[in-house]
Amino acid sequence: MSNPANFKYTASHEWVRSEADGTISIGITQHAQELLGDMVFVENPAVGRKLKAKEECAVVESVKAAADVYAPVSGEVVAVNSELDSAPEAINVDPYAAWMFRMRPDNSADVAALMDAAAYQAVVDSEAH
Amino acid sequence: MLIFERSHPGRRNAAQAPHHAAASGIPAAMLRKDQPLLPEASEMDVVRHYTRLSQKNFSIDTHFYPLGSCTMKYNPRACNTLAMLPNFLARHPLAPEASGQGMLACLYDLQEILKDVTGMAGVSLMPMAGAQGEFAGIAMIRAYHDARGDTARTEIIVPDAAHGTNPATAVMCGYTVKEIPTDANGDVDLDALRAATGPQTAGLMLTNPSTLGVFEKQIQAIQKIIHDAGGLLYYDGANLNAILGKVKPGDMGFDVIHMNLHKTFSTPHGGGGPGAGAVGVAQRLLPFLPLPVVTRQDESYHYLTEKDLPQSIGHLSAFTGNIGILLRAYVYARMLGADGMHRVAEFATLNANYLMAELHKAGFTVAFPQRRASHEFIVSMKPLKDATGISAMDVAKRLLDKGFHPPTTYFPMLVPECMLIEPTETESKETLDGFVNALKEIRDEAHATPELVKGAPRTMPVRRLDDVKAARELDLTWKTPTSTAPE
Repeated sequence: MSNPANFKYTASHEWVRSEADGTISIGITQHAQELLGDMVFVENPAVGRKLKAKEECAVVESVKAAADVYAPVSGEVVAVNSELDSAPEAINVDPYAAWMFRMRPDNSADVAALMDAAAYQAVVDSEAH
Repeated sequence: MLIFERSHPGRRNAAQAPHHAAASGIPAAMLRKDQPLLPEASEMDVVRHYTRLSQKNFSIDTHFYPLGSCTMKYNPRACNTLAMLPNFLARHPLAPEASGQGMLACLYDLQEILKDVTGMAGVSLMPMAGAQGEFAGIAMIRAYHDARGDTARTEIIVPDAAHGTNPATAVMCGYTVKEIPTDANGDVDLDALRAATGPQTAGLMLTNPSTLGVFEKQIQAIQKIIHDAGGLLYYDGANLNAILGKVKPGDMGFDVIHMNLHKTFSTPHGGGGPGAGAVGVAQRLLPFLPLPVVTRQDESYHYLTEKDLPQSIGHLSAFTGNIGILLRAYVYARMLGADGMHRVAEFATLNANYLMAELHKAGFTVAFPQRRASHEFIVSMKPLKDATGISAMDVAKRLLDKGFHPPTTYFPMLVPECMLIEPTETESKETLDGFVNALKEIRDEAHATPELVKGAPRTMPVRRLDDVKAARELDLTWKTPTSTAPE
C-alpha cells in the first residue's frame, strides 16, 4: 500500500488529510500499522482539547505494543472517529481510510510545511535496518 | 479442561471434608445465601488434574527460558527449602519484634547486602514488585523535591529504550514524561538529553545496561547533566544481573535504584509473581524510604516507623512486603557471597556474548554487533521476514516445538522483528549450542517449508493462540453451564 500523494506526513508516522472545511484528519501510516500489528485499542483525545504540535494526544495499542500518537500541528480537536472504539482493526485493514481524529489547525501554513509522501517515504526507508 | 468441568454433584473426599458445624455467632445478615460455586471432585481426580496441569508447564524447571529482560535463571532449591522452615512460615506478621529476631536479622542482613552490592546508603525491602519499586523510587524523588519546596520540577526524562513501566511510573507519580532518543550505538543521545534537561527536570530514569543489551558508556556525562540541572537519577534495576558486584549504581551517581529480587536474586517468577522490588537510595533520600525498614540497635533488631522517618513516603503493603520472597533472596545472596555475585555477572555476560557470537557466525542479524553484549542482546528477524515472510513471532512459536521457551519478541520496539535474548549464567554451553541449532533449523524450515513454521506450535497442549481476540475480548470468568442461559 503506497502513501497517498495528496496527504501530508510526520516523522512520527501520522498522516494528515486536509478536509474541505479547513479541518484536518489524522491517522497512522501504513508503515506504523505494519510495525505495530493487530490493533486492539484506540484512545482518542477529547473533542475541544487544544493541542500543541508534537504533543502526545492519542494512543494506539496492538498485540505487540502501545504507541503514542502525536498532534501533527497545533490546533483544536473538533471530532473523533468513535467507530474505532469497537473496530480498531479498521486501522490494519486500511490505515488511510481509518482516520482517528480531526483538528482545526491554528495555522494552515503549519500543515503545508509537513512532509509530502516522497519525503515521508525517505524517512521510512532510512529507518529500515 | 478446567477442574469445574470435572465436577460432579456430591462427589467429595470425606476425609478432607469439614467435620464440625459451621462457626456460630456470625450475624445472620452476614451469612451468604447461596452456596459458593465450587467444583466437586474426588481427591484422586483433583490430584490427577493438577499433576497433569503441572506437566504442561513450560518453565525454567523444564526448559531453557531465554526471555530477554526477565532474567529467568535457575532458582536453587536450597532457597526454597530454607525459606519454608516452619518457624518462618508460622510467624504471625503482627508477632512482637522480640519473638521474631531471627526473621528480622535475615531482613536486616539482606538490606546490608543489597546496600553493599549497589553502593547505596540505605535500602527498603518493602515494594512487592518491580513496578511498585519503581513507584516508590519516583515517589521518593518527588518527596525530596517537595520537601525542599522545589515544586516547579514537573518532568521525568525517559530514554525511548526504557521499559514501558518507566513512563507509566512517572505519570503515576504526577510527572510529565519527556522521551529522548537513542543514538545509532544504542546509547543515550547526549545532545537530545541536554536539550530536554532544565529547571523543569525532576529526574531521569535509566536502565543500565539498557534494554538494547549494551552498557551505557556515557553514564558519567549523563549524571552530570542531570545533577547540574538539579534533577535526580533513577536506576531501573531490570538489568542488574549484568553488573552484579562489578559496577555499583551508587558509584555511577544514581540517587535511587530498584532491584528486581525475582530476577537478579533468583526468586521464582514468571507466573505473575510474587515479586520483590527492593529500593536503595543515596544519602539525601534516606528520610523518604518506604516503611518499615529494619534497623539494629544494641544487638537487637527493630522496625523503623513513622516516628523515626516522619518524611517516609509511607507503607506499600499491609505488612512487610513479600517476605517469603525476601527470605529466598537472602538465602541466595548468602549462598553466593561477594565472590559468587561477581561470577553471576561474569557468566551471565559470557553466556550472552557466546550466544551472540555463535548466532552472528551462523548468519543471524545482531542489532549491535560492534558492541559487547551485557547479559542480553538483540537479534533481528527482519532479513528472514523479508526473504520468507516468517516473522519473529513465527520463529518464537516454532521454538516451543524445538523445546525452547522463546526469547522476548517485539521489545524493544526500536529494532524491527526483534528477539531480546537473555540466557543467564545458569545455562551450560550444550544448552546454548542446542538453542543456536534450533534457530538454524527454523531458518531452514522458513525457506523450505514456511507453512510448518507459520502453523507452529504443533506439539504444545494448545496451538497458536488468538492474541487479538484475547486482548479485545478478555474473559477469564468461569460460568457454569446452568448459569449461562441459552440464547
